[in-house]
Amino acid sequence: MAEPIGAAIVTIDGCVTVAVRDDLDDQAVLRLQDRLMEEVARRSAKGVIIDISGLEVVDTFAGRMLGAMAEMSRLLDARTIVVGMRPAVAMTLVDLGMTLDEVETALNADKAMALIADEPGLRSHRR
Amino acid sequence: MNPVSAPIADEAPRAVTLRAQSDVAVARQAAAQAMTAAGASAIGRTRFVTAVSEVARNAILHGGGGVVRFARREGPQGASIMAECRDRGPGIEDVGRALSDGYSSKRGLGLGLGGARRLVDLFEITTAPGQGTMVRLTSRAR
Amino acid sequence: MRDEGGLTRLLTASFDDIATRWIDEQTAEGVGRADLIPVDETRAQSRELLSALLRAMEAGGGDGPMADVAFDEVRDVLARIAEARIDRGVTPTEMAWFMHSLKPALFATIRSGDAPIEAALDEVMMAGRVVDRMAIHAMDSYVEKRETVIERQRAEMNEVSAPVVKLWDRIVTVPLIGTLDSWRAQTVMENLLEAIVAREAEVAIIDITGVGTVDTMVAQHLLKTAAAVRLMGAECVICGVSPKIAQTVVHLGVDLPNVVTRIDLESGLDYAFRKIGLKVVERDRDRERQRALRRS
Repeated sequence: MAEPIGAAIVTIDGCVTVAVRDDLDDQAVLRLQDRLMEEVARRSAKGVIIDISGLEVVDTFAGRMLGAMAEMSRLLDARTIVVGMRPAVAMTLVDLGMTLDEVETALNADKAMALIADEPGLRSHRR
Repeated sequence: MNPVSAPIADEAPRAVTLRAQSDVAVARQAAAQAMTAAGASAIGRTRFVTAVSEVARNAILHGGGGVVRFARREGPQGASIMAECRDRGPGIEDVGRALSDGYSSKRGLGLGLGGARRLVDLFEITTAPGQGTMVRLTSRAR
Repeated sequence: MRDEGGLTRLLTASFDDIATRWIDEQTAEGVGRADLIPVDETRAQSRELLSALLRAMEAGGGDGPMADVAFDEVRDVLARIAEARIDRGVTPTEMAWFMHSLKPALFATIRSGDAPIEAALDEVMMAGRVVDRMAIHAMDSYVEKRETVIERQRAEMNEVSAPVVKLWDRIVTVPLIGTLDSWRAQTVMENLLEAIVAREAEVAIIDITGVGTVDTMVAQHLLKTAAAVRLMGAECVICGVSPKIAQTVVHLGVDLPNVVTRIDLESGLDYAFRKIGLKVVERDRDRERQRALRRS
């Protein structure tokens, strides 16, 4: 059994959701990635919703991990949507030069689920 | 100038040893605490802590580990926090290139230095091949 | 250098003469600004400053630094005079001349006295240095106070000039007016992003119709803001793009790839409605009337 990641993964309506905590270190993030993908495969989920409203800091490593998760779930035929990005985090990511083009975002879990329900399995045409 | 010479002489600095990747989170916490104690706003704190995170991770992944020290300075415009990160790694060969975006030494791992520079008020770097790297980040609290 | 007593004696003996001459000089130079400050007030302030100066000389201030404790009262009076004048729009130049016109008044009084030439010259030099120091100090605090006022006004203007407004359910807009410096651009970005969260907006319309010039810096700020909006999961439309702005942007070589732009707020709103899946249709008044009739 893998080490606990300290975050609850809940699957609702075919969407695997998790709220990321601020005190995760790099290894915990990688473990979270593993657990999420396991769950996606197990549930044949159509979506992954990652709530980062608890994150005060998203650096290039975390940004790349989010992109990796999006790509992994895409390969598993699920759509990843990141929600709850704080304004300060958005502004900081822009200064870092991270556009996270490969990652879909929405304001909150409700909007994310609506997006996934509308076009299950398809990428957003927004980008 | 040898980057690993005299340590900064200032009020009691907090130092975080950077050995494993898990230490990056510790460095972030220290940076956040320093900023909060100096009365920084959320956005100010986020920017500085993110920059520290980038630089600390670099020291571990590319510099073979090192140490980051924090100090608080009082200036005419209020308090500022300085983070000084040193490693005894191979040093950076082309700093100019490293500071421009898109440069990466390992596949998919950009150095994040250019980004860190944009996030702080004052960015200083001293490095040379075989002489380690020292990066100093300073930002006003408000 | 300590005042050997010359200036102190002068001010004690000829206080009224000096005060009168000074006020006359102010008027002659046209810096009395009787239109802004009542003559009585100017007279009272001038006399007050002279009294403070006399006491400073008596305390041994000489031509030493203004920070000296002997000049405490002088600094106080200068601060009050400066404050009164700034609020009423007196310019820094007029303030400087107000101070410097004390010199001719002192020199004339020294000249009309009966001191031997060498002593008189010493007194003139002393007087000159003392007035210079006071004038410089007055200017410093004047400029400092003006900057405080300007800063306060800037903050106030910032509050009102870029309010984020909820235009419709899920649509917010911010009209930008005037110039956009770095600090203001960051504040606007922060306010817009906070509003998007608070209003759960899906589209943010940035209206730049009121922005004077769009140079590289402004374009970069707009780009950053649009990128941040998108990162948070909303759409961004920049409207109010005139042919001139389009020309400037292309000539500047600024790359605006993923940014949606529209000519005016109307087209911006049209785009926003479509993005959130709404359509504006004309009411069928005939049917409404018939329905109303049937009900009654």
